[in-house]
Amino acid sequence: MAINAAELEEIKERALEAIKQAGALEALNDVRVAFTGKKGELTEVLKGMKDVAKEDRPKVGALVNETRDIIEDAINKAKINLEATALEARLQNETIDVTLPAKKRRLGHVHPNAIALDELENIFIGMGYEVVEGPEVEKDYYNFEALNIPADHPAKDEQDTFYINGDMLLRTQTSGTQIHEMEKGRLPIKMISPGRVFRSDEVDATHSPSFHQVEGLLVDKEVTLADLKGTLETFAKKLFGEDTKVKFRPHHFPFTEPSAEMDVSCFKCGGKGCRFCKGEGWIEILGCGMVHPHVLEMCGIDPLKYKGFAFGIGLERIALLKYEIDDMRLLYENDQRFLDQF
Amino acid sequence: MNTPLSWIKDFVPELDCTDQEFVDAMTMSGTKCEGYERLDKNLEKIVVGRIEKIEKHPDADKLIVCQVDIGTGAVQIVTGAPNVSEGDLVPVVLDGGKVAGGHDGGPLPEDGIEIKAGKLRGVESEGMMCSIEELGSSRDVFSDAPEDGIYIFKADSGVKPGDDAAEALGLHDTVFDYEITSNRVDCYSVMGIAREAAATFDLPFKYPEVKDTGNNSGQASDHISVSIEDMDLCTRYIARVVKNIKIGESPDWMKKRLRASGIRPISNIVDITNFVMLEYGQPMHAFDLSAIAGNKIVVKRAKDGDVFTTLDGEERKLDSDVLTICDGEKAVALAGIMGGENSMITDSVHDVLFEAATFNGPNIRKSSRRIGLRTDSSGIFEKGLDPNNAYDAMERACSLIEELGCGEVVGGRVDVHAKLPEKKHIAFEPERINEYLGTDISRDTMLSYFKRLEVEYDETKNELIVPSFRQDLLSFADSSEEVARLFGYDRIPTTLPKDSGQIGGLPFKLRVEKLARDTACAFGFSQGYCYSFESPEVFDKLRLKADAPERGAIQISNPLGVDFSIMRTLPLNGILGSLSVNFNRRNENVRLFELANVYIPKTELPITDYPDERMQFVLGAYGDIDFFELKGVVEEFIYKAGMKERVKYEASERPYLHPGRQADIVYDKAVIGYMGQIHPLTAKAYDMAKTDVYIAVLDMPEIVKRASFEPRYAGLAKYPAVSRDISMVVPKAVRAQDIDDIIVQRGGKILESFKLFDIYEGQQIGEGFKSMAYTVVFRAKDKTLSDDDVNAVMKKILNGLEGLGIELRS
Repeated sequence: MAINAAELEEIKERALEAIKQAGALEALNDVRVAFTGKKGELTEVLKGMKDVAKEDRPKVGALVNETRDIIEDAINKAKINLEATALEARLQNETIDVTLPAKKRRLGHVHPNAIALDELENIFIGMGYEVVEGPEVEKDYYNFEALNIPADHPAKDEQDTFYINGDMLLRTQTSGTQIHEMEKGRLPIKMISPGRVFRSDEVDATHSPSFHQVEGLLVDKEVTLADLKGTLETFAKKLFGEDTKVKFRPHHFPFTEPSAEMDVSCFKCGGKGCRFCKGEGWIEILGCGMVHPHVLEMCGIDPLKYKGFAFGIGLERIALLKYEIDDMRLLYENDQRFLDQF
Repeated sequence: MNTPLSWIKDFVPELDCTDQEFVDAMTMSGTKCEGYERLDKNLEKIVVGRIEKIEKHPDADKLIVCQVDIGTGAVQIVTGAPNVSEGDLVPVVLDGGKVAGGHDGGPLPEDGIEIKAGKLRGVESEGMMCSIEELGSSRDVFSDAPEDGIYIFKADSGVKPGDDAAEALGLHDTVFDYEITSNRVDCYSVMGIAREAAATFDLPFKYPEVKDTGNNSGQASDHISVSIEDMDLCTRYIARVVKNIKIGESPDWMKKRLRASGIRPISNIVDITNFVMLEYGQPMHAFDLSAIAGNKIVVKRAKDGDVFTTLDGEERKLDSDVLTICDGEKAVALAGIMGGENSMITDSVHDVLFEAATFNGPNIRKSSRRIGLRTDSSGIFEKGLDPNNAYDAMERACSLIEELGCGEVVGGRVDVHAKLPEKKHIAFEPERINEYLGTDISRDTMLSYFKRLEVEYDETKNELIVPSFRQDLLSFADSSEEVARLFGYDRIPTTLPKDSGQIGGLPFKLRVEKLARDTACAFGFSQGYCYSFESPEVFDKLRLKADAPERGAIQISNPLGVDFSIMRTLPLNGILGSLSVNFNRRNENVRLFELANVYIPKTELPITDYPDERMQFVLGAYGDIDFFELKGVVEEFIYKAGMKERVKYEASERPYLHPGRQADIVYDKAVIGYMGQIHPLTAKAYDMAKTDVYIAVLDMPEIVKRASFEPRYAGLAKYPAVSRDISMVVPKAVRAQDIDDIIVQRGGKILESFKLFDIYEGQQIGEGFKSMAYTVVFRAKDKTLSDDDVNAVMKKILNGLEGLGIELRS
């Protein structure tokens, strides 16, 4: 018999010993090649199968296979162990100091004015208002005349308005957009119009010759002062929080009648009075009113059929209040350290 | 407008509320109270004392020891005041009391100053004698107070030791500060405010007692004639004459009223005109009748170039838009603004001509501005006054003159006027008012409101009849406001408008702008806001040629200064200015962007029609940035805006940009913007010489025109891609974009993408050449590409490249 059990047993013993000794995956692989590889010892032994007597072949074959299985099994088990050890070593090795500083691709920051405007727009868009724009260089007619501010009105004083020439000026209010929209003749109208306005005020902590307003206009068949109150109260609660209270005070604007100013309860102190609201508990945030029937008429809208309300919000005022910015000049300086805070 | 409560109570005697209640109620009915000040806020335990005896302080040369009778007994007070003598009646604050301020008249402390008995240099002092400043007032209104010392009551003032000194000085009062809206001219008067108070609190209003005057004393027309040449500028002129003037002091009650209103009493005649101006809101003027030549008054325009000396001694240059009051020979006053030096009343005046007139408000405003003289009087006249009120005010003044015994009022009046305003009638439409307000207020309630406002009701015509002083009440809307404010804005229901089915949203243009913002932010750019106006010097900083079209900017005719005088035609100054601020504050790596308009005139200057307002998206940065990173931001934005074609860059020659580092951004054959490094000289002009600044500008109308937010799915590739590398030696003058063009033009439908992966200039490459290597990727939609397919296209590309003088490397 070219293959004997003792030889197999001896190979097996040596193989198992070699597996035991293999301290790394590479060494283990060498063992596998040496015993069960294509040219391995056990494989070589199998080659002697052809010399085994035919009747002995099943028995010898079984013995060889059994030996091979034992060796391979031992290799696999050793491999699992060695892999586990290797992984552990690798993980150990790869440990980092997670408290080292972050690598950042810095994001930019939206200007506080624009953040406030986004909030306003979202609220009114949610209530069905369309956003429209109007010209910043405007005609006298749209900025004044059509808004019931006749030629000699004090509001037209050169002190307040920047003029280009007799007829063209820099708009002092976004209200002119109301007229442009109404003149289009598409009713009903439900719009807000944010934009830049200009007034001849020297730059200081609370004034800027250029600032922003958000105009609002609703024209429909059944519109009431009560609707105006409800709309603006909803707006205030959305913007400043559900606990916000509002107060409407009579006021005068040439293009609305009745007119009002709206105060909101101070969102710092809740209305008790603090430094922020100058002890009053209330903060004035906008002007509003029912569109003056004469204004409707000048735009070709029949005031007996249609009514409207309008409001104007100072955007910087909202931004300064909401984000507690104490100097309006910061809004136009664009210091990165300022912008980074928004 | 400041009004003391005591004066309002003269008109509304039943008014009884706290100061805060008054403020709240008036504000809610439309007369906004900005605030109030109690004149006796920090005055406690202040009485009148009589100095009985003065002795020297034993241990201090500058102090005296006074025994003061305070009615209930005597106290000892040590003072350093130099002006007191035995027998003087003075205000005394007692131990434990309070005064409002220090004797230096500085800002008043919030809680006043407490006074305690104590020893002064070893001598007991049981209180303090007070200066007018310590009582919270000033010599501006108490002209009889000494400059530095204790206030001393006049011997005939009727006060006695133990009296409440604050009361004696009229300091138990509250002064309210109102914001009067421009439509309520009538409320620029105590009477107007008081009328509003009566209506607000629903209390009776008591008109002042005006006596018929001058019944036994000739006719004014015997002394004066009046003619108005420019009736459009003077709607009424009333003249009355007072003879045998006795200049003297006004009575205490009048002085108190004036002082509480912040006006210093001067003499009876002047005080009466001031008093009536406050009370009726009608400025009056007093001329020395003897200075009026020809016994006549002519109201007419000045001539261009006239010079007139006003009673403050200043010479004023006039023009033909300025209205003057003249006598037979000369101007004696600037109508509604100020009287002349030549006719002002002096202490020796004998007869006085009183004027109550009304003028065209806007003209007064313009005149006072042109002359450069704004007075209390012009400030009121410019609002446009009610001619009927002028009559009442004149009668009140004459009544006071007789009452105070300061002269003999001559009978009759010379009264020249245009057609006087009549009471306006407005239809009373209660249902419409309710529909307008969203209320359910009864007709009777509405009528009761109008009654409180002195608006009468004509039942037969169903009309509201508006009193003359309410020039603002003209129409239905006005009547609805009266109802709303007396009903109470806070009681009007809160509802939401009926839904007409409108859908809100942003227009496309603003959506594209939001995308620009989001993209900029994603690349680390923060949003700036800059001014729309700037200085023409900007053009020099940007090195624009003298004839550059950008210099044709819209000019503001009345700018705040040259720095704010033109409307920007380029968006660079704002962002460069902001970057400069950051750079000079040592902020590192700053990236800013702005979305704002430039203003391009469409017609000749000065413009007569709307300019082109073009939204510009401008990015600017210094520090950790270079040209190509900025280019990446531009291209990502354009791609996100749905513009999927290749962006190209063409040579440009913008003087504010580095000549070798700038380009026009071209898309779809149109220049849609430009970018580059700021020229070193421009950078220097913005104090940024020590850093490289990069900017990119996108002209948003060009973007909006081409943008789209409607992507289409093009499928995912099913067949494998084939990639080929091209390595070449390229003449330096050939730009990457030239190579890109060849690849794109010749790559055909199977060209999927290409990428420059290596560029090298150096010794191994010949002078004037650079080495470039591209990977080109091909893929077909419908099959796996064969080598032959790809080779054919590659050959075309390589031929093209060789046409550019490029040498291919194997």
